[in-house]
This record gives sequence, structure tokens and C-alpha cells, in this order.
Amino acid sequence: MMFDRPLLRFVPRGTKINFMRGRFIGLATSAVLSIASLILFFHPGLTLGLDFRGGIVVEARTQGPADFNTIRAALNAQHVNAAGVQSFGGPDDVLIRLDTPPDSEPDHEARTQAMVDSVRHAIATLPGAQVLRADAVGASVSRELFRNGMLALGISLLMILAYIWFRFEWEFAVSAVVTLVLDLTKAIGFLVVTHFEFDLVMVAAILTILGYSTNDKVVVYDRVRENLRKYRTMPLAELIDLSINETLSRTLGTSCTVFLAALPLALFGGASLSGFAWVMLFGIVVGTSSSIFIAAPLLLLMGEKRLRRDARPPART
Amino acid sequence: MMYYSRLRMASVIGVCLVGLALCLPNVIRQPVASLPWRQIHLGLDLRGGSYLLLQVDMNSVAADRLRGLQDETRQTLLKNSLGYRNLATTAHGVTFTPRTPEETRPDLKALRAMPMNVPGEFTVEQGGDGQITLTLSADAARQRAYDAVTQSIEIVRRRIDATGAIDPEITRQGEDRIIVELPGISDPERVKNLLGTTAKMTFHLVADSAIGSSVPPPGVDLLPMSDGQGTLPVFSHVDVDGADLTNASASIDQQSGEWAVNFTFDSAGAQEFGDVTRANVGKRFAIVLDNKVIEAPVIRTAITGGSGQITGGFSAQQATDMALLLRAGALPAPLNVIEQRSIGPSLGADSIRAGGYSLAAGFVLVIAFMALFYGRFGWYANIALLANLVLMTAILSLFEATLTLPGMAGMLLTLGMAVDANILINERIREEVARGRSALQAMQAGFERATATIVDSNATALLAHVMLFVFGTGPVRGFALTITIGIVTTLFTTLLLSRMLMVRWYARTRPSTLPV
Repeated sequence: MMFDRPLLRFVPRGTKINFMRGRFIGLATSAVLSIASLILFFHPGLTLGLDFRGGIVVEARTQGPADFNTIRAALNAQHVNAAGVQSFGGPDDVLIRLDTPPDSEPDHEARTQAMVDSVRHAIATLPGAQVLRADAVGASVSRELFRNGMLALGISLLMILAYIWFRFEWEFAVSAVVTLVLDLTKAIGFLVVTHFEFDLVMVAAILTILGYSTNDKVVVYDRVRENLRKYRTMPLAELIDLSINETLSRTLGTSCTVFLAALPLALFGGASLSGFAWVMLFGIVVGTSSSIFIAAPLLLLMGEKRLRRDARPPART
Repeated sequence: MMYYSRLRMASVIGVCLVGLALCLPNVIRQPVASLPWRQIHLGLDLRGGSYLLLQVDMNSVAADRLRGLQDETRQTLLKNSLGYRNLATTAHGVTFTPRTPEETRPDLKALRAMPMNVPGEFTVEQGGDGQITLTLSADAARQRAYDAVTQSIEIVRRRIDATGAIDPEITRQGEDRIIVELPGISDPERVKNLLGTTAKMTFHLVADSAIGSSVPPPGVDLLPMSDGQGTLPVFSHVDVDGADLTNASASIDQQSGEWAVNFTFDSAGAQEFGDVTRANVGKRFAIVLDNKVIEAPVIRTAITGGSGQITGGFSAQQATDMALLLRAGALPAPLNVIEQRSIGPSLGADSIRAGGYSLAAGFVLVIAFMALFYGRFGWYANIALLANLVLMTAILSLFEATLTLPGMAGMLLTLGMAVDANILINERIREEVARGRSALQAMQAGFERATATIVDSNATALLAHVMLFVFGTGPVRGFALTITIGIVTTLFTTLLLSRMLMVRWYARTRPSTLPV
């Protein structure tokens, strides 16, 4: 039967790539990228989305190409002081941004809501224009959403740490979480560079990346653990290399399917999902490479003494 | 590992068939009304609509109770002919100084006999300096706050139902918040205005003696007129409460031709209304809505029928909305809209299209990949993938879950991740074959070794998404929910279904080599 045997093979059988030789290059590259990301995080910093920044965003579709002057005039007629009027998506689509009053003022919530209505009234005066989306998030809510988002991230990391610790030895758990933190910083750097807005959906994307990346590391570590039992005298560096090579085609295969699943979303998913999907794609590449080049060398550094206490010292290569 | 009993096979297939049946409500109409017919709902971001997050003003709940307690204290002391000085509210209670120290004992006795909303709501004590203090208990305050939110939800529901909105969802969030979801209503301005009005109607006698004074005497409040024209001093004591209304409707007044709101009291309210108007003929009676005086007509005769009319220069919409608000009842505290998200119907349709195409394209790509790189076992994985999609849809339907745009992304990613388990098994079998194991041994070893890895890797992903579900809000929760469900269905379809297909194939053909 034609579909019986696989037509293609991803990774040649029985690779023997010496990944551990490049461990310092891998770690150094990762460190440089993560430090660069941290610098980007502080300056210029993340573009916060509406969820975390608070404010008002109204998306409208005009009849024919959008004329910003007419729109501004209509807004001014309703006494709306727009912080920004810009195009997005198609030529007919405009995005109007407003800042909310500071929450030190007594009735700031009510005024925020009144402002949204004014923008709606202004758009209603333009012939054929319609509001696609109108979002208003008060300052107190945005702070809370941000806190919850960060809490979700932080607790997830802790739970992953606890789970791996529970299932493996602590060296595995610590190397995994350190790698995840490095992945996380790179994802943040990616967000800064690409100007994708950082909002709750992005937190979801980052958490998914972390979940995925952990998954990848667990598979490699699982094999390391198995081989530790199987080859009692093999030096750790050699053993980790063997484990990576054995799991290589699985690692790349799974990355490929997830990548393929997310790719159409990035290309055709529309404004609201493509940012999410690009971050996912970036995360898949980073997560896969960090399993091989970061998590495994870290395990080697940390476990050299303990995991192979009885064996002869590993050959320095 | 390599044997599937008939019962086991039947149950795996049975689960898939049940899943298929549960998916049906999403594609066809209900044939028999008595069948349980649950389906996935489209989220607001896909069908268009509004999401409002309301906050109950808890300070006002507390302040209201304090004001009420102060008023009750004053009435109680007056009724017992006891004097007082410096009657005031504090953060948690009411204090005053008795007129003479001899009155302290009867004061305490009278106040302790005051009716309480809940047992132990407040305590009455005498301080060292002769002051008497009424303190509201913290437990009672918490209970009152909880009740206020519960009551607010009920009233919000009544108000929204009265506007004719379809399928509104009203839920409590946290301690003091209410989420209102209105599918199909992409401009929530009217609803916002309806919810932003407390609609607390009370009737007070006008304090004619205080007219013109800028500082009202104790027991009198200076309230603004609703048309913004000046203020009117009224007695703080509520003579009749609008909570006793049974009905309200808008109509055109026969004489003036203006819009008016007619209201009817229940028997207790009618009795009170009759008593007050009989005793105060010739005086002015203020109708107060949310601390603004709508009008203050002079009482000509005792009104005993229990019905009345408000004319305040309303427009048709204002009169209709006010009647609606009075019918639905007053909110126990003001509500503030602190978050609003509304999506127009065209954007929702765009999103469904984009999401749907991406989902289909991603699905096809994954299937092609598995077929090309894993051959026969890849096709088995693809069958499991299809079953996975069916089961995910089935469980989401069973929960009557809401499918959001991020939720669609979650389904897509689940499908991408789902084949991971198959890849793990297949790679393991390949390795075992390369080591020279027989077909049977290789498959056995592949299943055995891969299972622990599959469980470990899925457990960590599950943890991350449960956290996201717990701390997330709105669409992000939908994303976390679909992935969480997806992980469970993935475990079923890969560990049971696709393995069963492989085992059955082996049992049927007894191949000497494996197609890996």
C-alpha cells in the first residue's frame, strides 16, 4: 500500500552529534540574547495592550478610505480629545485611542464610560461608518488584570518547578526552570522588538510557550534519566549527548507539527490572533533549541558531581 | 500492552461514538424537544455583543446602613422622649451624648430593643466620657455587602430582561463585581445608563422652615433638584419608601399632555402613604430619586388608593426607562461600569472566517506531515486526531462552553500538540526496531516507554493552563479551558485509540517488519 511506509524521514537514523561540545557557545548565546532582551524590556519597554494599560480603544470602519481629518473633526465636535487616530488592517479601518482620566479623580470611571459614548456619537455622524469594536478599561481594572496575569505566569513557573522536582531530581527541576526563565526573557525581547501589544492574550501565548517548552525538556530529561539507569558508567556529557540524539527526531517532529498548526494562524488569523500566533512560532523555535542547547548543558553543569557520583569524571571536550 | 479485549475496544469506540453524537447539536436542529440538546456558544468576540464589568459601590452600602442607623437612633430616642446631643456617625457606628446622665440607662434599654437586620448586627455601649456608642459588627457588614451584590445581580437581571435583550449572562465576579454579557448588543449605551441609575425612590416631607438657609438643621438634608435648578431642604426621615412599589408604568397625562410615570404601592406602602398624606395635608411632599428631588407637590387630600403619578417634564424614553427602573426595583448601592468591551457583528463574522480558515489549514498541514513522515502509523495518528477534534467539541458542548477567538487558537494548538504522543511512540518503536527487536517487541517497548513520558509532558502543560484558567479573565479563560480539555482528550485518543488501531492492525496482519 502506498501510504504504508513513511515517504520522508526527518532526521537521519542514529545521529551522533556532539551537542555538549558546543554547550558554552549555546549558553553564551542564550545569555547574550536574554540580557539584550532585558535591556529592551527596560528601554524602550513593552508596548502594553489595553488590558494592562487601561484606556479606550475604538475601531471603526468608514465608507471608503478613511479620512483622518474628517474623523478628527467629528471627534472634536463631540469634545473628544483623541490621543491617536491611526489606520490599522485595511484602508477603511481606523483605530481611535483615548487616554482615560487618572484614577485620582473622583468619578473617573463614569467619565471613561461617557467618553466611549461620545466617540460612538462622533462616529455615528460620519456617513456609513460603523463601530467594529469599542473597549474601555479603567485604571483600577487594568492594574488588576496585570497583577493576575503576572500571578498566573509566576505560579505556573513554580508549579512546573514543583512537578519536575517531584518526578525527577532537583537538578532537573532547577535547570528546566532556569531555561524557562531564559525562554521567557527572549519572548519578552521579541515582543519589544516586534511592537506586538502585551496583553492578556499574550500572557496566554507565553504560558503556552512555557508549557510547550517544558514538555520538550521533560522528554529529553526522561531519556537522560532512563539512560542514567541503563549506562551506569557512561560519563554524563556523553550520556546527555546520547539522550539528545536519541530524542532528536521526536523533538524536531513535534516542533514541526506545532509550528505547522500555528503558522496559518499567524498568516491569516486576523489582527487579533496573528500577534499571538507569531509569539507562539517564536516560542516554538526558542523552546526547541533551548531544550538542546540550554537545558541539557545546564543539567550537565549542575549534575556533573551528583548525578554521576560513582562514575569516573566526565571527559572534558 | 498488545492485547485489547472486546470490552475495551467496544468502550473506546463507544466513547468516540458518544462524542460524535454530542457534537450533533452544533450542526443540526433539535429533532425532539425532550432530548438533552447542549451546544457550544459563540463568545462575544465571535458573534458580536457587549461585555460590561460592574463594580458595586461598597462604601455606599456601608454609608447607607450608618445613615439608617443614625435615623433609627434618632426616631427611637424621640419616641421614648429621651434627649441627645452630638448625634453623629463614625466609621463603624453612631455616637451621641445623652441629655443628662440619668437618661443613660433608659437610652441603652431603648436602643438595645431596636430591631436588627441580623442577630448581633450592632452593639450598644456606654463609653467612659458618658457617650453612647452603637457599633456595627464586621460580620454583619460583610454579610450585608454580600447580600447587596446578590440583590444587585437580581435587579440588574430584571432591568436587562425588561430591555428585551436576548440571552444575557449575568454573573458575580469576586467580592463586589458583576459581569454582564449581552450578545448581539454592540452599543451598550442605553443598558449602561439603566444600570448606572440606582433608582432609589423615597418620599420625604419638605422642611419648609429651612428653606433659604444654607446650613440645614439636624435631621434635614439639602437635596438638589433633578433639573439642576437649585436645592430643596427635606427631612432626612424617609416617610414612604419606593421599595414598596408593586407597579409602575409610563403614560401621557390626560390633563397636561406630558409624559408621566404612574406608580402603585403594595398594601403596606399604600397604608403608609395614606397615613402620611392624611396627617400632612397642605404640606409639600418631595419625591426623591437617587438623592435628587424630582418634584415636590403640595398634598391636597389624603391619598388612600395607594397609587400616584410623577410628572417631571420627562421625554417618552425617560418616562419609559424610569417606569422600567421603578418596576425592577432599586439597586442597594450604585454600580459603576469599570470595564466595557463591545464588538460589532461584522468584526465577529470576520474573526470566525479567519479563525475557521486557519483552523482548517493548520489541521490539513498537520495531517499531511504525519502521513508523510510516519506512514501507516501516521494515518492512525490522524484518525486519532480527528477523534480528538470530535471529543473536544463534544466536551465543550456538554459544558455548554463559550468558544472565543483565543479558544479557537487553543483548539488548533492542541491538535498540533496532540500528535506529539504519537510521534513519541513511533520514534520509540523505530529505535527499538533499529536495535534489532522483533516487530512485536518493538511495539510493546514503544508503548511502554513512551507512556510515562507522555503523561509527564502533558501534566506540566495541564498545570500551566489550569493556572491560566484560575487567574485569567474573559477570552483567555476560554483559551485555557479548551487547552485543558484538549490535553485530556489527547491522552484518551493517543493512549487508547491510536494504540488500539496499531494493535488491531498488528493482530490482523502479523507483519514481520514494521512500517516505520
